[in-house]
Amino acid sequence: MKVLVAMSGGVDSSVAAALLVEAGHDVTGVTMKLWGGDSDTGCCSVADVDDARRAAQQLDVDHLVFNFGDDFMARVVEPYVTAHIEGRTPNPCIECNRHLKFDRLLDRADALGFDAVATGHHARIVERPDGGRRLARGADAAKDQSYVLYVVPSRDLARVLLPVGDMTKAEVRAEATRLGLRTADKPDSQDVCFITSTGGRRTFLGDRIELRPGRLVDRTGAEVGRVDAVELVTVGQRKGLGLAGEGEPQYAVAVDVAAGVVTVGAAADLLADRVVVGDLVWSDEPMLGPVLAQGSAHGDPRRVDVTAGDHPGTVGVRWIDGPIRRIAAGQSLVFYDGDEVLGGGIVG
Amino acid sequence: MSAYLDHAASTPMRPEAFEAMVPWLQHQHANPSGAHRLARDARRAIDEARDVVAAGLGVDPGEVIFTSGGTEADNLAVLGVHDRRGGTVVGAATEHHAVLEPVLSRGGRIVTVGPDGVIDLDALAAALDPHVMLVSVMLANNEVGTVPPLAEVAEVVARHAPGASLHTDAVQAFSWLDVATGAASADLVSISAHKFGGPKGIGALAVRSGTPLSPRQIGGGQERDRRSGTHNVAGIVAMAVAMASTVEQRVATVARVGALRDRLLDGLLAEIPDLVETGGPRSARVVGIGHVCIPGVESEALLFLLEQAEVYAAAAASCASGAMEPSHVLAAMGVPRGVAFGALRLSLGWCSTDDDVDRALEVIPPAVERLRRFAGSAATGPTSVAARVGRGTTP
Repeated sequence: MKVLVAMSGGVDSSVAAALLVEAGHDVTGVTMKLWGGDSDTGCCSVADVDDARRAAQQLDVDHLVFNFGDDFMARVVEPYVTAHIEGRTPNPCIECNRHLKFDRLLDRADALGFDAVATGHHARIVERPDGGRRLARGADAAKDQSYVLYVVPSRDLARVLLPVGDMTKAEVRAEATRLGLRTADKPDSQDVCFITSTGGRRTFLGDRIELRPGRLVDRTGAEVGRVDAVELVTVGQRKGLGLAGEGEPQYAVAVDVAAGVVTVGAAADLLADRVVVGDLVWSDEPMLGPVLAQGSAHGDPRRVDVTAGDHPGTVGVRWIDGPIRRIAAGQSLVFYDGDEVLGGGIVG
Repeated sequence: MSAYLDHAASTPMRPEAFEAMVPWLQHQHANPSGAHRLARDARRAIDEARDVVAAGLGVDPGEVIFTSGGTEADNLAVLGVHDRRGGTVVGAATEHHAVLEPVLSRGGRIVTVGPDGVIDLDALAAALDPHVMLVSVMLANNEVGTVPPLAEVAEVVARHAPGASLHTDAVQAFSWLDVATGAASADLVSISAHKFGGPKGIGALAVRSGTPLSPRQIGGGQERDRRSGTHNVAGIVAMAVAMASTVEQRVATVARVGALRDRLLDGLLAEIPDLVETGGPRSARVVGIGHVCIPGVESEALLFLLEQAEVYAAAAASCASGAMEPSHVLAAMGVPRGVAFGALRLSLGWCSTDDDVDRALEVIPPAVERLRRFAGSAATGPTSVAARVGRGTTP
């Protein structure tokens, strides 16, 4: 099979490529150039591209670089900035998977005559009795990335390979060491590629939008403090509000960017037992009824009841075992049946 | 059968140039700055090579500075004049980055070009004043091959910036134009050997006497204190041999390659709907470079399909990561960003053949057809050209 392997320059995708080569596939590596600005690995992540190319050379496979920078800007970065203006907290990695790593790369791979695209994600693809495919959790629970991949439509899974999904991270590193891959000891990448560890969200957003001060009010509407950038406040946040001290810890429980108001309250005020979820992606048919739901990349799955929403394209979700800490608008909620991904959507 | 259509990136070495350099890499290893007979032999080889290079550029031998290649020559011209004279430096928007970056690093001015890629003489005049000390206008563009009227450029410079020196980057021109006459109005001329059949790592900057220039690389005082560093003897010798062959055969090569270029472009125009030939009339472009834009196709995908069929071509410049960047040359010519993403440069050289053109015409149209078919059937929009037009600026 002709396989195009997305190689980020990390150990997982290097080993993914190596496993495909060992399995006898006709492998070509590709690094997608997505972000052209500052990052923790230098401009355009040149160091990561170098690592990917050198790993490909070790495996004696061709290595290409595709520049999807315009699409990344339009599909991931600009929506990320816009969402903050609107008081939402998006997950840009999910949008990148949705639009770039799968949709765009799969289209490109098709046009170039490849049979499949592979990545180094820790997730598995399982075949259903009816022949359909579903995404499932990776073998390494601590590294499972199924949450950020729910956006890959099941029709595309037939053309996707996730070679390290059956391995633990330790096994991946051991395999990389056994093969002598130069990426064997490379640390895992952290966080969002276009947010630098030194500048953070404040620098990134501050360079692009005007960050405006906001008022902190309690549930009665009385002002209890101020923040210098209301766009940077996320529901559930405690640190950075300037409210540390005596009394019960105070959290941001609601953010109204347009009005410049952050409502704060106790941990109990943060609890909610239902949300509306839109922008839905389903593995099969829309799945209503009791399922498991997970609200963050490594959060605990909990039992929920999914019902048809008031608006088309939405569902209502109610936590069966009592309320949970509120999920910020813009984050994804992913539905599971055991280890298998049923679908997911974005919290409104 | 393969077809190498990337001669503007680097053309094969002429066999006689390769043979000429071998002794200087093997037994004749002495440093030409030394004080013994072996050193004097190397020195003589350089002196004789310098005569050949000077003749090819239409300057005196003492006006030739050997450099490590085109980038160093361009840098030395812009920065060397600016370091000595100060004032303002000016360059055309379509210059190679080896000129643009030095100009920008000195806070210089960038002059616009017309849709044909030729520098706008009115805009040039407007950018000039008596404080301008250097103007750089390339003799043949590396992406689209356009040739400006350099003598007219020189007149405009003389009129509006009488103290300025004129530099021309002739790196892409040398194979195709009589640089000795074509660059006669320039005070500084850059060339690079691997573009005309010499090895990589050697080039030259011609600096007419009286042109003020500070060295950029100082040390042992070679090249009359204008460029220190042990001479690349083998490279210098080979460059001179390649240059002599190029000059001797130039008229015949231009006629032969020009016919190949015309057949290639006419064939593509006939086979590929909506294909746009870039630049002004062919008579105003060097024969070695054919450039087209193919709407609905992305260069990096097309180049991969061509490579699979052993057709080796280029699009625009690559950045440090190896990713293809939209061309600043096409942006300066007013080509929409979406169209520039479908750029294809097919460049020919001294050894190109009819077989190369046949192979290209056999492989390129079906590859374009395939990519257009897939782009049309893609479920979502991000690959569409229209979605990309007008967003962002070329870095």
